[in-house]
Amino acid sequence: MAIDREQLLHVAHLARLEVGEHEIERLEGQLNDILAAVSKVSELDLSDVPPTSHPLEVVNVSAADEPRPCLTVEEALANAPEREGDFFKVPPGGTA
Amino acid sequence: MIDTLRLTAEEANAMLTQGDASSDEIYRAYLDAIGVRDPELHCYLHVCENDGGEGIPIAVKDVIGTKGIPTTAGSKILEGYTPVYDSTVVERLRARGLRILGKTNTDEFAMGSSTENSAFGPSHNPWDPSRVPGGSGGGSAAAVSAGLAPWALGSDTGGSIKQPSALCGNVGLRPTYGTVSRYGIVAFASSLDQVGPVARTVRDCAFLYSVIAGRDECDSTTVELPRPVEVPQDEDVRGLRVGVPKELNEAEGIEPGVTEAVRAAIAKLEELGAEVGECSLPLSVEYGMPCYYLIAPAEASSNLARYDGVRYGYRADAAERLEMYQRTRDEGFGDEPKRRILVGTYALSAGYYDAYYGQAQKVRTVIKREHDALFETFDALVSPTSPTVAFPLGARTADPLAMYLSDLLTIPSCMAGLPGLSIPCGLSEGLPVGLQLVGPQFAENTLFRLGHALERAIGFDTVPERLR
Repeated sequence: MAIDREQLLHVAHLARLEVGEHEIERLEGQLNDILAAVSKVSELDLSDVPPTSHPLEVVNVSAADEPRPCLTVEEALANAPEREGDFFKVPPGGTA
Repeated sequence: MIDTLRLTAEEANAMLTQGDASSDEIYRAYLDAIGVRDPELHCYLHVCENDGGEGIPIAVKDVIGTKGIPTTAGSKILEGYTPVYDSTVVERLRARGLRILGKTNTDEFAMGSSTENSAFGPSHNPWDPSRVPGGSGGGSAAAVSAGLAPWALGSDTGGSIKQPSALCGNVGLRPTYGTVSRYGIVAFASSLDQVGPVARTVRDCAFLYSVIAGRDECDSTTVELPRPVEVPQDEDVRGLRVGVPKELNEAEGIEPGVTEAVRAAIAKLEELGAEVGECSLPLSVEYGMPCYYLIAPAEASSNLARYDGVRYGYRADAAERLEMYQRTRDEGFGDEPKRRILVGTYALSAGYYDAYYGQAQKVRTVIKREHDALFETFDALVSPTSPTVAFPLGARTADPLAMYLSDLLTIPSCMAGLPGLSIPCGLSEGLPVGLQLVGPQFAENTLFRLGHALERAIGFDTVPERLR
């Protein structure tokens, strides 16, 4: 499987990455080299093998529903690029 | 006068407890050494002028969150970010009185094998500054080798502790997945990331592991250690069964000098009384790298979605929100994170998920099973850590795939969640060669025993020749 210009731009949009015109050709070549290398996993017939998502055999745990110390509003906003009152401020935009 | 080049953490601590030097004097000695040698080596992205505590100093990789101390993960997108809380591992260091010297350089978001992907410039190998220190944790490994820290914390996803330790000639442990908290760590690939120690000796490495390991309520993937950490005392390895996987020792691209040093060390293990036998990991080595380079980018594409210019970090100027996200991420991320975000997003996207990510997760099961089967016969596996010694700066930057091969021998055990210890075992062309010991889950104590015995038998001088 290979990735073309159109797919590259689609994936970049999904990832909210702007890909400049000057980068497209180089990225397309590099991504296709990488995809060709990783596609090796499809050589194996693993229809009977279960997937591993986590290396340890652990089960889900739920924390007790008890209040614990957490960040103050000032701490949470301390690194904000822009704030207004107790809110993170962002530029306007409808669809994103 | 404190000679930081030779000082182990254990020795520094003894100076302190015997009253030969104060905590401040030891801390100051390291700051002085940093002032002299770091302009050439660039191990640190941030040096602390002081840090609270009564104990000995430590360096911390810059992907590990430190309250009040800048944490950038080597990325422009986090330039100027100062965490408002400590990661659990740093809390545990502080609880023992350890004092942070500074934050060490890393490939951006720990993605790389040379530190050349750091947005703030590469680190240099203390054995030969024209060569890389390995990566991603090259800053931590180089700092320990050059006497700019007695020990350090690193993080490892596919080899980022073990490979730099090998290239810089010191000891690094990637712990069993789940034994060290990831709370407060800049996430790369969550099912693989582990924090671990870098040190001059196996004993220091084991002690530092005992400080940071164990269940943390803030990271639900952590578990309590089934048995306490044992800092190795003697050189007795009689009866331990050590396997030599053919594929990990004979893979294409392993330099002859690396093979020679590792073979000599394996012969020493036999002399020490270990039972050494041949074995095989036919699929793990062949399919480990493709499996890793699907799973790690897939998880990274999800983890790095949080860098959107809204809550912290860099924000590009833009009039409209979508444009702000896209430009922030375009200007904030370097080439390697961008490549991995794109590969990962593609591998997870509709129509490709089963063929790529789903299949890679099944390969992961195969790798785990292959290792499990060997541990019915062996207590540990031995191989080179890195196929090559430290390579020249710039040698692999133009070709991402050539860089990826740097981790060929460390990746398989990472995929299976297994602990791995790298120790220096000799020189090739005047540069350190690392030996990798891999054990079953939670077998760190076995690795420490073997590593300590070998370290004593080999007598490797961890001080770079040019600094002696």
